Amino acid sequence: MRDPDHELPPVREDPEQLEQTWADPPGLVGWITTVDHKRIATRYLVTAFAMFLLGGVLASLMRLQLSRPENTLFGPDFYNQLFTTHGTNMMFLFAVPVTQALGIYLVPLMVGSRNIAFPRMVAYSYWLYLGGCLMLWIPFLLNTGPDMGWFSYTPLAELLYTPTKRADVWAQMITFTEVAGLAVAVAIVVTVLKLRAPGMSLNRIPIFVWGMVVQSFMIIFAMPAVMLASTCLILDRLANTHFFDVDRGGDALLWQHLFWFFGHPEVYIIFIPGTAMVSTIVTTFSRRHIFGYLAVVMSLVSTGFIGFGLWVHHMFATGLPKLGESFFTAASMVVAIPTGIQFFCWIATLWSGRVKISTPFVWILGFFWVFLIGGLTGVMLASVPLDLQVHDTYFVVAHLHYVLIGGTVFPLFGSFYYWWPKFTGRMMNAALGVASFLCFFVGFNLTFFPMHLLGLHGMPRRVYTYPPDAGWTTMNGLELVGVAFMTLGVILFIVDAWSSLRAGVAASDDPWQAGTLEWATSSPPPAYNFLHPLTVAGREPLWDNPPDQPIVVGLRSDVRDVLVTHVMDAEPDHRVEFPEPTKWPLLTALSTSALFVGSIFTAWAVVYCAVPLFVSMTGWFWPKHPGETGTQAWPIAHRTLPMPSEPPSGRAA
Amino acid sequence: MTVAAAFLQSALDPAGPQAAHIARLWWLLFWISAGVFVLVLAFLAAALRHRGAQTSERRLTFGVSLATTVTVVVLFIILGVTMWTERVNATLGASSAVTIELTGHQFWWEVQYDAANPSDRVTTANEMHIPVGRPVVLKVTSRDVIHSFWAPNLQGKRDLIPGYTTAIWLQADRPQTFRAQCAEFCGRQHAHMAMEVVAEPEAQYEQWLAARKAPAREPTDAGAMRGREVFLTRQCVLCHRIRGTLAAGLVGPDLTHVASRGTLAAGTLPNTTGHLAGWVVNPQALKPGSQMPDNEMTSEELQSLLAYLETLK
Repeated sequence: MRDPDHELPPVREDPEQLEQTWADPPGLVGWITTVDHKRIATRYLVTAFAMFLLGGVLASLMRLQLSRPENTLFGPDFYNQLFTTHGTNMMFLFAVPVTQALGIYLVPLMVGSRNIAFPRMVAYSYWLYLGGCLMLWIPFLLNTGPDMGWFSYTPLAELLYTPTKRADVWAQMITFTEVAGLAVAVAIVVTVLKLRAPGMSLNRIPIFVWGMVVQSFMIIFAMPAVMLASTCLILDRLANTHFFDVDRGGDALLWQHLFWFFGHPEVYIIFIPGTAMVSTIVTTFSRRHIFGYLAVVMSLVSTGFIGFGLWVHHMFATGLPKLGESFFTAASMVVAIPTGIQFFCWIATLWSGRVKISTPFVWILGFFWVFLIGGLTGVMLASVPLDLQVHDTYFVVAHLHYVLIGGTVFPLFGSFYYWWPKFTGRMMNAALGVASFLCFFVGFNLTFFPMHLLGLHGMPRRVYTYPPDAGWTTMNGLELVGVAFMTLGVILFIVDAWSSLRAGVAASDDPWQAGTLEWATSSPPPAYNFLHPLTVAGREPLWDNPPDQPIVVGLRSDVRDVLVTHVMDAEPDHRVEFPEPTKWPLLTALSTSALFVGSIFTAWAVVYCAVPLFVSMTGWFWPKHPGETGTQAWPIAHRTLPMPSEPPSGRAA
Repeated sequence: MTVAAAFLQSALDPAGPQAAHIARLWWLLFWISAGVFVLVLAFLAAALRHRGAQTSERRLTFGVSLATTVTVVVLFIILGVTMWTERVNATLGASSAVTIELTGHQFWWEVQYDAANPSDRVTTANEMHIPVGRPVVLKVTSRDVIHSFWAPNLQGKRDLIPGYTTAIWLQADRPQTFRAQCAEFCGRQHAHMAMEVVAEPEAQYEQWLAARKAPAREPTDAGAMRGREVFLTRQCVLCHRIRGTLAAGLVGPDLTHVASRGTLAAGTLPNTTGHLAGWVVNPQALKPGSQMPDNEMTSEELQSLLAYLETLK
């Protein structure tokens, strides 16, 4: 098979040279300039988890205020900031970034690549995301946090009704996080399409990776809608346009269409990776390939499509024409089918597998309970007449927390326990993990289940107080107890993580005997991810690969060489040299942030800050050496792979 | 429904045909969902207990296909019932309907009864009287931000959107004072934007409506006359209207018959002299963020003003 015209390099990878090539500079410089997807993802994960804790604190304060009627703990001004900041934070600064962070870490490993595509853009996205976090939380701490609800309906968010900077802060925070989210989405899509290990054709892509691809495509299509909406809002407020100004020919409902065209897909953007995590963990602990791989993947993809056709079900109470409402009712019910199919496939997988129950799996069992309830109440909300009763009440608050915490937070905790050994090289404590789960699960249901009843019995959402004779007191009191349990669960998780970092048992490369590629390298992985880039012969390569499975040779160890493969069947295409650590993403992010922050005070900020932005982007794209062309010819022109003289070490048979 | 009776307002204690249809729909969906929940978790538990035993992929495929088919069938049933409920709730279609125009403001409700003769139109605020057993069509809109009218015992909610006027039907089948509340977040005092919907027998309703058509009574005693002077010479007059006087403000609620209402400040306080005094002087303490400013006045002025307002039955 070999072409005699091309001399193939020998199978000899030098770990030391690879380490030298891929390692970051030591110390602070390395921390700032890194383009290693694992370091960036860790940063994202830690920040997002901090946002989760902060958002949880706000939620606890709200429950405290509502634990008894006519409570004077907080006034309406602060309470409105509390729920707006909580919702905004959890949707934009926790849920989407944390799932993307897992993707940044795991997708390159799962597809067997040495780094994520466009690593500088991913580094840039983190700094912008951090800017978004500060953009929300600093104003909140200065008592100028947004106070018009996380979906910021117009005309309430217009200058006339929100004359302070609060709505501007909200709108530009959206811009920060959406730019960051889009950058990551593009990087993940390209990583999956072009950087897969040879042999990983489309029908062998791990389900978690499929979930991230669907999420990323949804982000690419949904987020421009909210950026458009928030930009129009900012223009209304700063530049006297009248997009949403009813008195001057604007339209109050236009905002809702634009916002929910993003806002509904956002729900799927958040929980599709969650269900993909469930598929991964269910597969590993069932000790078999997932049942109905094609059905599960098609469910993810079709959810991604249908998710764009239901935004109007947030607007049933606005009084739309009945025919339109019926269409969106039907679409909202259709979306239950792919999710149902996934449930059935998981149960079939467990049914026919040899289930081994462990800490990550326990969280997945919690997911089944919680997310199922959230899905069923979702079908109820799709029913227009019933929705008109429970819309904008605590019933919806209950539903959305069952969907989002059930669909994402439970799988995320499961994922932390599952991938923690890979991230840190240490195991977590199983007993503590189960205790943490029990507290969180009991607390969650105690907090959120009574909200269904509160909504049916007339309690609207977003009220800072309620009359003593409303009959809502007991349930609101009970919910505070639930909050205490959830808090305890999270504290136990932190204790577990902390003690594992300090003195956890060392983890092997593949502690769960899982089948995907991230387990084929050391725990934690080296900077270059894989000593020998692998090829795959099945959906679970560590289970399916024969002992003599070929590896990839011909990548240089002295430069950051990465293999690019074809989209459909992942045949080798060419090599590309990946960027070195660089300061420019940070500098570009700083200029971008100055532009975004400045523009809420004066439109001229856009002009002034364009200068440093231009300079930093020029630095970013300046060619590093004369020979840099971006791509080089792959030495194996006819795209066959040489057989290694011996199978790579450290691989499970 | 004894449980529901313990609540000030509840969708599960229907008092009209539409709320009753929706409550029935709720119970149907509740039992279907409960069944699905138990069934799925039972299969999950069985799957976990089944560990290791071999099942052919064919049987698994059959099981998953069957479950998917059942899901689709159940969804179609729900869709059908939904469509039916939507259809019967859309309109009550009687020619004898009462037409009421409801306008939302931060943070109160303006209520206008439609009449063939414009001079017979009745304007009131934060309280709506409706005849039992007769359909009512509400034409709703807003003067500022989006609000939502929700009387859970009677009907689902409808948003009040500036620039749009939409119609929603409701009907009360028993005499009772129902509570309605704003359900779309509308600003700082969203929590205190409620109203009373008083359903009463036809005769009583007609009597009430006729009384509302009359302008405010002329005060007879000196205290009340002094109170009217206070009202007309201070800032009150800039926002409020009292028909029969020069006060013609349209920013705040119409006060022509304020003393006959059950509550003050859109369901925030019971309408008693003490609460009224507190509300007139210090509304920002009772409802911080409301559009009504605090009013400084001497005790004599306040007492006369209260005496006058108490006469506005």
